[in-house]
Amino acid sequence: MSSLMSGARILIESLVREGTEVVFGYPGGVTLPIYDVLYDHPLKHVLVRHEENACFAAEGYARATGKVGVCMATSGPGATNLTTGLVDALMDSIPIVAITGQVPSKLIGRDAFQEADTFGITRGATKHNYLVKDIDELAQTIREAFYVASTGRPGPVLVDTTKDVLISQTQYHPAKVIEEMRGYEIRREPGGDEVEQALQFLWKAERPYIYAGGGVIASGASAELAELAEVLDAPVASTVMGLGALPSSHPNFISMLGMHGSYAANMGVTETDALIALGVRFDDRVTGRLDAFAPNASVLHVDIDPAELGKNRKPDIGIVGDVKQVLRRVIERLKVTKETLGSINADPRRQWRGRIQGWMQEHPFEYQHLDDEIKPQYLMEKIAETSGGEAIISVDVGQHQMWAAQYMKFNGPRQWINSGGLGAMGFGLPAAMGAQCGQPEKTVFAIVGDGGFMMSLPELATIASNGFPVKIVIMNNGWLGMVRQWQELFFNKRYSSVEMDCFPQCELLAESFGIKGRTVERPAQLDEALKDAMAEPGPYLLNVKVSPEENVFPMIPSGGAVNEMILQPPAPVSVGD
Amino acid sequence: MNQLISLRVENKPGALMRVAGVLTARGYNIESLTVARTLDPTLSSMTIVVDVDPAMRSLLIKQITRLVNVVEAVDLTESVSVCREMALIKITVSPEMRSGLLKEADVFRARVVDASPTSYTLEVSGAGEKLDALIALLHNYGEIEMIRSGAMAMARAPMTKSHKAFLEMSGRREEIEAAVET
Repeated sequence: MSSLMSGARILIESLVREGTEVVFGYPGGVTLPIYDVLYDHPLKHVLVRHEENACFAAEGYARATGKVGVCMATSGPGATNLTTGLVDALMDSIPIVAITGQVPSKLIGRDAFQEADTFGITRGATKHNYLVKDIDELAQTIREAFYVASTGRPGPVLVDTTKDVLISQTQYHPAKVIEEMRGYEIRREPGGDEVEQALQFLWKAERPYIYAGGGVIASGASAELAELAEVLDAPVASTVMGLGALPSSHPNFISMLGMHGSYAANMGVTETDALIALGVRFDDRVTGRLDAFAPNASVLHVDIDPAELGKNRKPDIGIVGDVKQVLRRVIERLKVTKETLGSINADPRRQWRGRIQGWMQEHPFEYQHLDDEIKPQYLMEKIAETSGGEAIISVDVGQHQMWAAQYMKFNGPRQWINSGGLGAMGFGLPAAMGAQCGQPEKTVFAIVGDGGFMMSLPELATIASNGFPVKIVIMNNGWLGMVRQWQELFFNKRYSSVEMDCFPQCELLAESFGIKGRTVERPAQLDEALKDAMAEPGPYLLNVKVSPEENVFPMIPSGGAVNEMILQPPAPVSVGD
Repeated sequence: MNQLISLRVENKPGALMRVAGVLTARGYNIESLTVARTLDPTLSSMTIVVDVDPAMRSLLIKQITRLVNVVEAVDLTESVSVCREMALIKITVSPEMRSGLLKEADVFRARVVDASPTSYTLEVSGAGEKLDALIALLHNYGEIEMIRSGAMAMARAPMTKSHKAFLEMSGRREEIEAAVET
């Protein structure tokens, strides 16, 4: 027997039916009916301090768990504040369902208080969006939103719900299973001929090279990636989105490729004859100048989104499908072929691995350690050591993000959380809260720069109030470091609006939020400070003052080719000579 | 270069916005766009003419296809298709020019759909170039007010075997080559 139920209650029941464990949100006028239901409902709601961070937190949750993250905001400013997070999720293919309130149907278009065209504004910020004006469509719309967000190439879906829908009542009928959406088809399995083509491609490769991205993590294909790398004895380079897909300790892992990637990864991609691109989108930060990227290679590209194949680089073989499903089929055929025909190209491949090893040893990530200054790279090494590859590392955007990507160690996927595509500052701290919410047993580090930290400052209140034991490490160099680095290298050191002065005293700041905090500036203090942070059962704010003008290397200048890679800072000119 | 795109989309609020959004987000200027319901009332068909860098054409089709409300997107730019457009033309015409005007309209198979002592309104359909030619001519007769529908395009029906045989017998090779293969 179904009974009368309000739209607000149907909404919450529908979220629960989709497996929602937590909603990150901020209330307002038109969402009052939803918050009235939440008042005594078991569904957990985390009250953030700014709607943008509700979306970032939902992303952190989704990235750390693989489940759909849910955030909620009111109409008008609440909804517009979500949009940065939505675009972030769109760029990185993260499954999010965002619920926004809308002014009553009858007031839409009359410039009502807190009215904004959320449906129109978020059109380009979402994978898909809905405006619900009929209560009888609400339950099914929520089901569809979760379905679209979590299937195919995942992404953010927004459901804008008018206030009259929330307060009116109807017979509640739970949503039906979605069997088909006419405008939305997903191809997961490769065709048999495609598998054979891929097999041929891999079989004849002499210098195979795997370029693995976020799609490997989204499809849960870590085991298959490792197996492919081992069967082919191919090196695996990762995009900034793919870190953790292969454990950092795996012998075939050659770190990140691209603008701040490793020498070996960038030399490797230049020399390979068979580029195996898995769940990647040939982003400009990876490829540099496109015509100089993998110039000697044929390309096998696997992605679930047909629009990715040939977008930036035309593949010789393009397979639309789920990376995990495709790899399973291909590996199966590879193994059978290997059993019947034996290995081929064993010698060239052994030589190839040797060359890769040589490049790794020739130019590992390196920096000059100092005793009286904390080098940012040293800080990252210390955090990696402390975490033992087990912690979740959520970072913000900028220099610290790149150093963390270079030096951090991960034992598995979904431990590395960053704003890869959009590069949204202010992401790291709220994303860490969401990750902690989804993985309460894990240690979560939020590694942020002093710039990004100031953008997410109000969330210290959310962290303190909920007791999220996030270990916040501020890599504090007093600058907007990445912008300063570009000004140094490309704008003749004219440091324009990049100085972050007036930074708060961290001990006092932490204390005022009721959490522990400390500032360190000498390398010798770092071990103990990190140990203290780990020992603290609650949140911890560790402000680490690092060398102010350290730059991230290697670096391929924007639009440059891999062979224009700058490995080291220019040697200092000694005065007096 | 102008690209001719034919779409079938779900007849839902926002579907047009999504398609137009993909184009406008890239700074493309839409030359024309027609949209109306199909035989299946839950679907709409759209024809869009848009100025697109040729290198971006196939990507654009894929990105439009990716939209959740889009059932099918086809690039008809180089396909064998029927592409027609309609125009309504109101022309102020002096009494002594009226019969000449009607003869001219007849050549273009334009119909008079409204008449007043000082003007005619003509309805005409056909290829865009034909409409251009008529409009150019009509300028000689008086002041013009005009509205065009924009292009409506449809892929040519596949050729049947018997039709092909007939064309072969008649030696009309070009038409066979131009036809869509079954």
